[in-house]
Amino acid sequence: MTGRALLRLAWRESRTARRRLALYMSSIAFGVAALVAIDSFAGNATNSIREQSRTLLGGDMSLGTRAAPPAVVDTLLDSLAAAGIPNSRVTTFASMALAEPSGGTRLVQVRSVTPGYPFYGAIETVPANGWSRVHDEPWVFVDPSLLIALDASIGDSLRLGQRKFLIAGTLGNVPGDAGITAVIGPRVYVSDRWVESTALLRLGSRAEYETVLRLPVEVASGRPAARFARDLRRRIDPRAAALAEAAERRQNGGRGGRGGGEGAPGEDDAPSVIAAVRDTSIADTLPTSSLRTDSARGDTTARDSSSLASGLTSTPPPTRVRIRTIADTEEDFTESVTRLADFLSIIGLIALLLGGIGVASGVNAFVSAKIDTVAVLRCLGATSRQILALYVVQAAAMGFVGATAGAALGVAVQFLLPNVIGDFLPVDVRVAIETGPVLVGIGTGIWVSLIFAMRPLLALRRVSPLQAIRRDADNAALPREWKDPARLTVDVLLVSSLIGIILCRIGDVRNGLFIAGGIAGAVLVLWIAATALIAIARRSARPSWPFELRQGVANLHRPANQTRAVTLALGFGAFLLSTVYLVQANLLGRVTATAETAAGNLLFFDVQDNQAAPLDSMLRAQRVDVVQQTPIVTMRVDAINGRSVTSIMADTARRRGGWALRREFRSTYREKIVASEQLVAGAWFADSATRAAQRRADPNAPFPASFEQDVATELGVGIGDTVTWNVQGVPVRTIVANLRTVNWARFEANFFVVFAPEALRRAPQQFVVVANVASSETLATIQRDAVRQFPNVSSLDLTLVRKTIDSIV
Amino acid sequence: MLVARGLTKEYQSGTQRLTVLADVSFEIAQGAFVSIVGPSGSGKTTLLGLLAGLDTPSRGTVTLDGTDLGSLDEDKRAALRGAKVGFVFQSFQLIPTLTALENVQVPLELTGSVPMAEATARARELLGRVGLADRTHHFPQQLSGGEQQRVALARAFVNTPRILFADEPTGNLDGSTGERIVELLLTLNRERGCTIVLVTHDATLAARTGRTIRLRDGAVVEDVLHDHTASVPA
Repeated sequence: MTGRALLRLAWRESRTARRRLALYMSSIAFGVAALVAIDSFAGNATNSIREQSRTLLGGDMSLGTRAAPPAVVDTLLDSLAAAGIPNSRVTTFASMALAEPSGGTRLVQVRSVTPGYPFYGAIETVPANGWSRVHDEPWVFVDPSLLIALDASIGDSLRLGQRKFLIAGTLGNVPGDAGITAVIGPRVYVSDRWVESTALLRLGSRAEYETVLRLPVEVASGRPAARFARDLRRRIDPRAAALAEAAERRQNGGRGGRGGGEGAPGEDDAPSVIAAVRDTSIADTLPTSSLRTDSARGDTTARDSSSLASGLTSTPPPTRVRIRTIADTEEDFTESVTRLADFLSIIGLIALLLGGIGVASGVNAFVSAKIDTVAVLRCLGATSRQILALYVVQAAAMGFVGATAGAALGVAVQFLLPNVIGDFLPVDVRVAIETGPVLVGIGTGIWVSLIFAMRPLLALRRVSPLQAIRRDADNAALPREWKDPARLTVDVLLVSSLIGIILCRIGDVRNGLFIAGGIAGAVLVLWIAATALIAIARRSARPSWPFELRQGVANLHRPANQTRAVTLALGFGAFLLSTVYLVQANLLGRVTATAETAAGNLLFFDVQDNQAAPLDSMLRAQRVDVVQQTPIVTMRVDAINGRSVTSIMADTARRRGGWALRREFRSTYREKIVASEQLVAGAWFADSATRAAQRRADPNAPFPASFEQDVATELGVGIGDTVTWNVQGVPVRTIVANLRTVNWARFEANFFVVFAPEALRRAPQQFVVVANVASSETLATIQRDAVRQFPNVSSLDLTLVRKTIDSIV
Repeated sequence: MLVARGLTKEYQSGTQRLTVLADVSFEIAQGAFVSIVGPSGSGKTTLLGLLAGLDTPSRGTVTLDGTDLGSLDEDKRAALRGAKVGFVFQSFQLIPTLTALENVQVPLELTGSVPMAEATARARELLGRVGLADRTHHFPQQLSGGEQQRVALARAFVNTPRILFADEPTGNLDGSTGERIVELLLTLNRERGCTIVLVTHDATLAARTGRTIRLRDGAVVEDVLHDHTASVPA
């Protein structure tokens, strides 16, 4: 029989069954649709990120700091501006906003911008022309949701700290902002010009400063941009840059750095702009010690003179400057999109698998209906190979139809997705049909439907021609042999291709195998459940039962029953839905639990030293319980067992702990261990009288401190080791007195390091205050009063947090 | 043409061993028209299955046109059937999804022995021969029982088989339609010299064939030549 004749016969033979077969095969469509939609959307999002990366960043390069940028940065920026590289800055910080006349308060994210920001894209506002005057008038532009939350409208005034602003309009699209951020903290855009008058940005205030640069075209992207970034790093913090480059070389096995082929400092192929930067007098602005290569403590990083606390000497803590290029931005955002797509992929995979089970079960029924035809064809001379080919061609064609329909559905969903999750993404996703995902989706769909259809189809090879003259029951007519090599091959192919598809999609062998194992476990449990059901049905039927019940139960165990296939299909569907619900419930449960276990429902933070007592009195006047008042002192690690951090980080043998050595710690001091902590090694501090006596005996002894277990591991310290801290310029020597674990999930102020009180009592500090307010009216009043009295203090209503997270999940 | 030697078919039913056919032997000459008769359960259909190579005997051999069927596997037997054997079934067994013309073409398409155009021409000619020239594009369910059986006859003859097996071909038809089918069988047998083995329990029909083999309880009890008056006792 020729191939053409086979195709012709397959086409004709499928005439009446086409619709039915297409229906079976369409069960694959939803899985394919999910995969195509997810992959295409991820592709669209990645492309959009690539296209809009400049808009995302607001410029060609950004310099970010978590405190006011050090003087060296400002000087450098001035030099760059003089060399024709303009900059603009956006400063983001949290503040309470108070609307008048409504009196509504809300914790907001203030973004203050200097003229020119952003260099790419535009901040859209309603009314549209309002933004142009933002630097001339004390105006703010707010998220529309804030107006609702505050019961305010355009034209009302909004108090931020000590200054009143006019709400001049609402915000539309803002480059680099995902709409969803407004749900977590509504945004308020204001000109940088007015920020000082709010008095919100004080020493130690948490704020993020991001300065964007507009670079000449020749250095704006690619290797020149990477080289320019590296140059800036070297100029701002030569030691850190050298360490980072050394680490990178180690990581790349000594094959050169990130941009590939980056040469040694002072290379001659740098574009003229970099040369121009080099020619400026930046070096003069750097502390001379920073150019040395010795490891003198604290000398290797740029300094922020403004952070010098009054009355304190020694070196100030360094400020880290993060320099990001367009490529870094692209990479970060693409990674987030990939992670989201990977998670959604798992759901798509389960849907595809469910479709496969649907196909197998449908084709099983199809095969039963074809026994007579096959028997006749056998009588007329068809070989088993011809029979198999005849029906595989039909299944493949229908699999193609199902997969194509699925791909079409996926493309349709892809066009709808931006409306659903567009708010979560910082870019305007431009939807376009992605050929790759569509082809991969169709291919995967055909393969999965074929491989699942093959098992039942194989049975057709064994239909005896004798069935044409003496018809047996279906199960006798479709004999199945466990040792059939073709069947075993199909089984192996089925399992291995499923594992292969999972591994390809998850991209991580361990996670992929974990998911494959989970699915195998679910299948096994369902199969056992179905087998048990069959056994129970067989044993439990009673002749006294009514006819319908007896027959119904008997059909569960009779030959050719579909109990296992149906249990698998239904069970898997339930498995899919419950997985989604469980993820949701888990997320929600964790937040709910933390919100519920929180000691109070109103959280004040950024409470300054001199505000703690008045705030306490204000709360007590309202008969509100102050549940917790926790001091917070910021610091960095200076030395461990006498060895400076820079020297430790330069140690090539040391691979871990970088983040712990570099980070700014927010530590506290107290006498007792709290409920969210558990001591795992050593003993808690001795009582204060004993400690005082010890200090009198040896005034230079290190202060006892308690370390969280993981951070101690990262720092490489154990009980008895000494850690010297740079507490806003003052060196404070501590000894690791004990290790503890912390339940970070609790909505409380938790700390890596807890000091004995005498170590930090006199240090500049802030407080987090937790209060328990019974009624929502009192809560609103307190928040309003607090904003008026303590403009810099932010407060957070935990019940509102819970509602917000509820709505997102 | 067709030689059966010591054909025995046994089935295991629970703990019991059932003998459906016991030591059946005969020879059928090329061009003969032979009927196999007997009451229900006498083993007629089993014997037909063994003779056509649809089933394998427990013991004994079947030689079809010089080929020992026992020496062939299922696919080779299928190929042999495609080349040399035609079938007519009691319930017609047309493929419901194919038209009359396509049904008739199937055996030629499976063997690939003739080009498509010739297969179609041959099928048309045979359908004309059985009086269905105007029904070529009808599907089986659009045809009466008699018409379906005539399509089946055309299909059975399309690959010019050396032997045709017919299993109760008139069993599902009324008297006059059945008569027409029998006439067709006789004519085709005469015209094409094709050996026909007919299973029936209709004595009148059997009497019109050249020879009748009677079965009872799985054994041949009578073997009668109708056109000669001789009787061969079993």
